[in-house]
Amino acid sequence: MSKSEAINYIPFKQKLRGYLKHPMSLFLLILVIGAAVITVGLVAILLGHLLIKGIPHIKPHLFEWKYTTDNLSMMPAIINTFIMVILTLLIAVPVGISSAIYLVEYAKRGNKVVSVIRLTTETLAGIPSIVFGLFGFIVFNTMIFKGYSMIGGALTLSMMVLPIIIRTTEEALISVPDLFREGSFGLGAGKLRTITRIVLPYAMPGILAGIILSIGRIVGETAALIFTAGTIPGVPKALTRSGRTLSLHLFELVQNPQAPTDRYFNAAYATAVVLLALVVLVNALSSFIAKKLSSK
Amino acid sequence: MNYKMEINNVNLFYDKFQALKDVTIPIAEKQITAFIGPSGCGKSTLLKSLNRMNDLIEGCLIKGKMLLDGEDIYGGMNVDILRKRVGMVFQKPNPFSMSIYDNIAYGPRTHGIRSKAALDEIVEKSLKNAAIWNETKDRLKKSALGMSGGQQQRLCIARALSVSPEVILMDEPTSALDPISTGKIEELMSELKKEYTVIIVTHNMQQATRISDTTAFFLLGEMVEHNVTREIFSNPKEKRTEDYITGRFG
Amino acid sequence: MNNASNVNRGKFREAAVKVMFLAAACISIIAVALICVFIFANGLPAIKEIGLKEFLLGQKWKPNADIYGIFPMIIGSLYVTAGAIVIGVPVGILMAVFMARFCPQKLYKLLKPFVELLAGIPSVVYGFLGLQLLVPLIHGLFPEQPSGSGVLAASIMLGIMILPTIINVSESAIKAVPDNYYEGSLALGATHERSVFFAVLPAAKSGVLASVILGVGRAIGETMAVVWVAGNAPIVPDSILSSVRTLTSNVVMEMGYSTGLHREALIGTAVVLFVFILIINLSFSAIKRGGKKQ
Repeated sequence: MSKSEAINYIPFKQKLRGYLKHPMSLFLLILVIGAAVITVGLVAILLGHLLIKGIPHIKPHLFEWKYTTDNLSMMPAIINTFIMVILTLLIAVPVGISSAIYLVEYAKRGNKVVSVIRLTTETLAGIPSIVFGLFGFIVFNTMIFKGYSMIGGALTLSMMVLPIIIRTTEEALISVPDLFREGSFGLGAGKLRTITRIVLPYAMPGILAGIILSIGRIVGETAALIFTAGTIPGVPKALTRSGRTLSLHLFELVQNPQAPTDRYFNAAYATAVVLLALVVLVNALSSFIAKKLSSK
Repeated sequence: MNYKMEINNVNLFYDKFQALKDVTIPIAEKQITAFIGPSGCGKSTLLKSLNRMNDLIEGCLIKGKMLLDGEDIYGGMNVDILRKRVGMVFQKPNPFSMSIYDNIAYGPRTHGIRSKAALDEIVEKSLKNAAIWNETKDRLKKSALGMSGGQQQRLCIARALSVSPEVILMDEPTSALDPISTGKIEELMSELKKEYTVIIVTHNMQQATRISDTTAFFLLGEMVEHNVTREIFSNPKEKRTEDYITGRFG
Repeated sequence: MNNASNVNRGKFREAAVKVMFLAAACISIIAVALICVFIFANGLPAIKEIGLKEFLLGQKWKPNADIYGIFPMIIGSLYVTAGAIVIGVPVGILMAVFMARFCPQKLYKLLKPFVELLAGIPSVVYGFLGLQLLVPLIHGLFPEQPSGSGVLAASIMLGIMILPTIINVSESAIKAVPDNYYEGSLALGATHERSVFFAVLPAAKSGVLASVILGVGRAIGETMAVVWVAGNAPIVPDSILSSVRTLTSNVVMEMGYSTGLHREALIGTAVVLFVFILIINLSFSAIKRGGKKQ
């Protein structure tokens, strides 16, 4: 049976006539479609501008191993970004996953500690990155490492991404059916064994998606790093020294260009394209894993 | 007999699946018609297509004719006017997240009534007709979500009455309620039929025998038997009807 | 005998592990506590030295003359945040409605990545785009102004930045409204649009409000997206084209070279920002809890 044969098929013309009878509905429809057009148009303009201005300036000299004021290479910054990601995850992932395990697997319902932890995690997630940056500056730069350092930056960022990891891991753990736990307990396995052998493997894709999400955050972060990891444009010899990540590299190119500025801005466009590509790639990977998880 | 609605040779498909097979039922005016049958038999689907709520479902195709006072409801009739004339009460009470007053005023406002006095009058009349005025008159500005399930369902009936419908469709209106609330709603239905034509889908056969004038029995998309309720329960013509009402399946 | 000690050892290990997990869970409490303590401990003495009234209500910020009044920055932050709301909230909520209730499945699959992209763009890239794209545009429209940077540019940048937050949170709130609200309205003869806006949206209001509050928090705390487009003059803006300095840009611009009381006054600025954020966070949690109760 074809669609147009059905008596409940409404031809476009009839729909249109319906709208003319209800001007308010037509108005609302135009509003929501307008919002969609604005949103999509915005992304198109921003990305279009960035790509058109940026891609022609992606040149080999921007990827030389050493940064000089002649080549304005972003390579050291890329390497520093990877170091920063790994360092931050090394600190934040174990803490975050353990916290989530406590919240989901151990804490009892209505536990006071749990509600305090929930509140602080929410608070932590809402603190602006510049405040994190200042805190890192006060504690790591002036008190512990005496100056700008990669490790200070990583410690600061760990606090920033901790809520992301806790929340996504929590969700992943909650999604593990209780049947699995009961099955394992039923065989006489202890709690720890049940968690490590049954619950965590099942929840792994969700946890992974959260970790990758925080990688995106680390790569894109600037304000929290300006006063902690600092802005030295090379790969540092030690983690207790300053080194700038890709975001900071972009910031510095724009904020403190030495004449002639055109070269700096062209390099900034190219850097922005690479930075965006990196973040988009990371985020896409995260949502890909999350999607795979939900279709399981 | 005067027929308010007529369902003639209706076939309904969800993509490839045929949910209704050549169904024909005349609906008598100012009577209660009950649709009974096991779940998945098509009774709710048919009810929803009587005010075109199935229009929303992607892949749903309908063939045949459905008439309201002799007028083809899938022909030139405006859907909004159809739904105003053929109201609906749902299985789960679904008051809007707003005050009791605004819940009732929602329908009239939708159809362009703005005057405060007119709205006040409609609200009072609808709540009275749904036998819930006494419980609500002092808290009209309070949220409707604070009421009990049975009150919420009577509020939804009042809401359906607010646009002065001619037919009221009820989709298992008491299945989510306790026996006392159910009793109140059944009482209300007997009142309603003085002014309105009521069609009710129910899985509860006692309910059908208590309140309905005629009953139609559905099985696997087919309308097996339609008769005066007393007849159908005491003297079913079809073996399948008999099997169902004596509890042999379903 | 041996068996029993094994069991005991197992029990001990289980208990030890539990304590370890609990300790990890407490780190976020410790982190928040440390941040509060250090920011306040380093900021409050300066505020005390400058004088609370002079600090909060002082109209002049002149570090060279040791005059530290952050009133212009407080007002600046409030202005650009309000501007971001005016620009971002209507578009965001309408877009959320579109995605939740209007757009066909196929189009949704195309749109969702667009919104995710918007959320993924790093703030420093937003700032750079604002500097290169928006500021010249505004200057072109108002050539009599010395520059295109100011309240309008900063508001637009922040409005764009909070869009994904508002869209995503509102969309899930709207999607969470049970279908029977929608059907109930439709059955009364209301159109699709009317049903969505007047029956579904009111039921999602606590979630939508939460999205706006999250957006406010994001806008008031954002640094990189405003610092290049705001103009940064420490004055109370007198028009939407006037230069403006926010609390965040005050910190990021001067922290690098500041010393002594100047540095402490900047940390004091962060204290004020932090208090704003705490208030926003608390109202967010309150609304979430209120929404759950309903």
